Amino acid sequence: MREVAVVAFGQSRHVRDSAETSEVEMLMPVLHDVLARTGLTAGEIDFTCSGSADYLAGRAFSFTMALDGVGAWPPISESHVEMDGAWALYEAWVKILTGEAETALVYAYGKSSPGEVRDVLTRQLDPYYLAPLWPDSVALAALQARALIDAGLTDERELAGIAARSRAAAAANPYAQLRGAVPVGEPLAAPLRTGDCPPVSDGAAAVVLAAGDTARRLTERPAWIRGLDHRIEAHSPGVRDLTDSPSTRLAAERAGYFERPVDTAELHAPFTSQEVVLRRALDLGGTAGADVRINPSGGALAANPVMAAGLIRIGEAAARIQRGESERALAHATSGPCLQQNLVAVLEGEAR
Amino acid sequence: MPAVLTAPLVVEFPFTRSLGPVQGAFLTGLRERTVLGVTCQDGRVLVPPVEYDPATAEELSDLVEVAPTGTVTTWAWNPAPRRGQPLSTPFAWVLVRLDGADSALLHALDAPGPDAVRTGMRVRIRWAAERTGAITDIACFEPSDAAPPATGPVPHDGAFADPVTGITAPARLDYTYAPGRAQSRYLQALTDRRTVGERCPACRKVYVPPRGACPTCGVATDTQVEVGPRGTVTTFCIVNIKAKNLDIEVPYVYAHIALDGADLALHARIGGIPYDRVRMGLRVEPVWTEGGRFPDHYRPTGEPDADYDSYKELI
Repeated sequence: MREVAVVAFGQSRHVRDSAETSEVEMLMPVLHDVLARTGLTAGEIDFTCSGSADYLAGRAFSFTMALDGVGAWPPISESHVEMDGAWALYEAWVKILTGEAETALVYAYGKSSPGEVRDVLTRQLDPYYLAPLWPDSVALAALQARALIDAGLTDERELAGIAARSRAAAAANPYAQLRGAVPVGEPLAAPLRTGDCPPVSDGAAAVVLAAGDTARRLTERPAWIRGLDHRIEAHSPGVRDLTDSPSTRLAAERAGYFERPVDTAELHAPFTSQEVVLRRALDLGGTAGADVRINPSGGALAANPVMAAGLIRIGEAAARIQRGESERALAHATSGPCLQQNLVAVLEGEAR
Repeated sequence: MPAVLTAPLVVEFPFTRSLGPVQGAFLTGLRERTVLGVTCQDGRVLVPPVEYDPATAEELSDLVEVAPTGTVTTWAWNPAPRRGQPLSTPFAWVLVRLDGADSALLHALDAPGPDAVRTGMRVRIRWAAERTGAITDIACFEPSDAAPPATGPVPHDGAFADPVTGITAPARLDYTYAPGRAQSRYLQALTDRRTVGERCPACRKVYVPPRGACPTCGVATDTQVEVGPRGTVTTFCIVNIKAKNLDIEVPYVYAHIALDGADLALHARIGGIPYDRVRMGLRVEPVWTEGGRFPDHYRPTGEPDADYDSYKELI
C-alpha cells in the first residue's frame, strides 16, 4: 500500500468572534502558511478537499466562497464534505492511496459566531423525532454525562479535572482560545457545567498530505498515516449505550491502533464527559494507556471551531511527530450527537 | 479601520417531509394518544419505532402498542429553555424507556427542579391539548407513581382513520451576518455612491464586488480601485416572472455589467429603456434613489455602444 503522510499543518488563532473577517479572509493566511511550509503553490497540489457546513454560515453553498482562497482558476480537482475536515482528509487520503494524486490540500473552517451554535447543531438531528424538540448539543452531551455518572464510570470531580488538565495544556498552544484556569462555572445543562463545555469558536485549519518520497522531499520528518478508519452508530441516542463508543473502538482497531502503544492521543472530545467515553473505548488511562499524553494541545475544550476541530486533532498529532515529540500518535475526530460517528488515524514518525 | 458591518439574517423554512408506514403509524398514533413501537427480529421493541433495525438493517414493520408510562434512563437539567424546546420553564431533558419498550425516547420532563429528577424515576406522557401527528403531540413527560402494566406490548395493525402521511417541521435560525473586510469596504464606499473594486497584487485584475481573495491566484486582494460609475452590458436576460415582494413590472432586464476599470462584471437591473431594446455593448450608468444604499438600477448613458472586443473577456 502507498505510504501517505501529513507534511504540513496550520491553523488560525481561534477566537469567540471573527466578525471582522469573512470565511475566506480567515482561511487564507492558514492556506498560505501550509503551502509555504511545503514550498508548494496551490497550482501544484493535485487534489483539494474541504470540510465546512452551510448551517454555520446560514448560506447555501458557503464553501464556494472559501474556494477563492485556493485559487480555483484555472480549474483544480476539488471536493467538499459537509462535515468536519477530518473526513475531508479521509477522502484525500483515499485519493492518494488509489494513485489519483501525489499531494493533497485539506482545509476546514467554521464560524460559530454568526448564529447560535447550540441551535444550529439541532438541525443535524433526525428530523422526525428529535429536531422538532430542538434538543441542543449541550443537552445531548449532558444526557451522556449523566449516564456515565449513574453507571459509576466518572464523577463531576473527574470531569472538572479533565477540563483543568486540557486548559492547562492549552497554555502552551498559541492558537488556543481558552487557556489556563477556567472556573468550573454554573450548570449549563446539569450535570455539565460551563467548564465541561467547549468555547464557542471561530477558526480554520489546513493540512497538506503527500505520498512516499514526495512527502520525504517536502518535509524533514513526515508524519506517516499508518491507518485511518471511521465508523458510525445508530442516530437515535435512545437505542445506544451512551456510556460506550463501539464505533471508536472499531475504527481504532481497523486503523491498527491496538497493534502497539502510542505515546500521544489527540481526542476530539468537545465535552469533558466524552473524553471519559473515548478513553474507555481506546483503553487509555488504564494500565495500557498510562504513559499516553492525552490532548497536549488542549483539545476541543480549549478551542472548538466546529467542522475544523477534528482536522486539528490530526494536525496537532502530526505536528507533534514532526517536531520529534512523538513517535506514534492517535488522532480522533467525532461528528453527530453523543459521539455518534468517529474517525481514528494512527500516525508515526519515520523509524530512526 | 471602519467599524465591522453586521446585519440580521434569518433563515426560515417549513420543511415538509413524507412519512413511511412505520413513522406514519407512530405519529398518527400519538395524535390518538396511542404509543406504537416496532418489534425487531430478536424480539426487542424500539420506541420510537424505526423502519430498519439499527443493528441488522432488516426492514421492520411489526407494530406493537406500548404503555404511556415509563422509566427515566438518563436526564439532564435544562435551566434556560431555548426557543422551540418543549417547555418554556426550566425542565429536564430525559430519555424514557416506555413500559414494554427496549429503547428510549427523548423528550422533556416537567419537574420543579433538578432535585425532583433521578434516573429510574417513573414518568408518564402528558399529551398536548391539540395534536396533529407529530412528536410534539407529547407535550412532555410528568412524574407518575403508576406501576408498569402487568401485560406487555400488544400487537397493533397501525391502522387509523385519516392517517398522517407527512409532517411540516418549521425551522428558523437567526444569524448576525458580517460580510468581512473586503465586502465591508465595498458596502461603505457605496454609502458615498462610489463603487470600489479591489486589485489582485499578483494578476492585477480588479474584482467588483471584492470578496477579499483573487479566485485565480488565491491571494488577498489588497488595493482599492474606484470603478465606474459607467459600464457596459456584457450579457443579459429578460425576466418574465414577478418575484414575491419585488415591486418591479415584468418583463424587465437583468444584466451583467462590466463597470469601467473592473475585470469582473457585476449584475443589476437595467431600466430607462424598453426591455426589448437592451443589447450587449449597451453603455449604462447607475441610478440612485433617495436614501438608497446601492444603485436601484442602471440606465443607458446615450453613448455609442462599446466594441465587442472591449468587453469580450468579461462575458
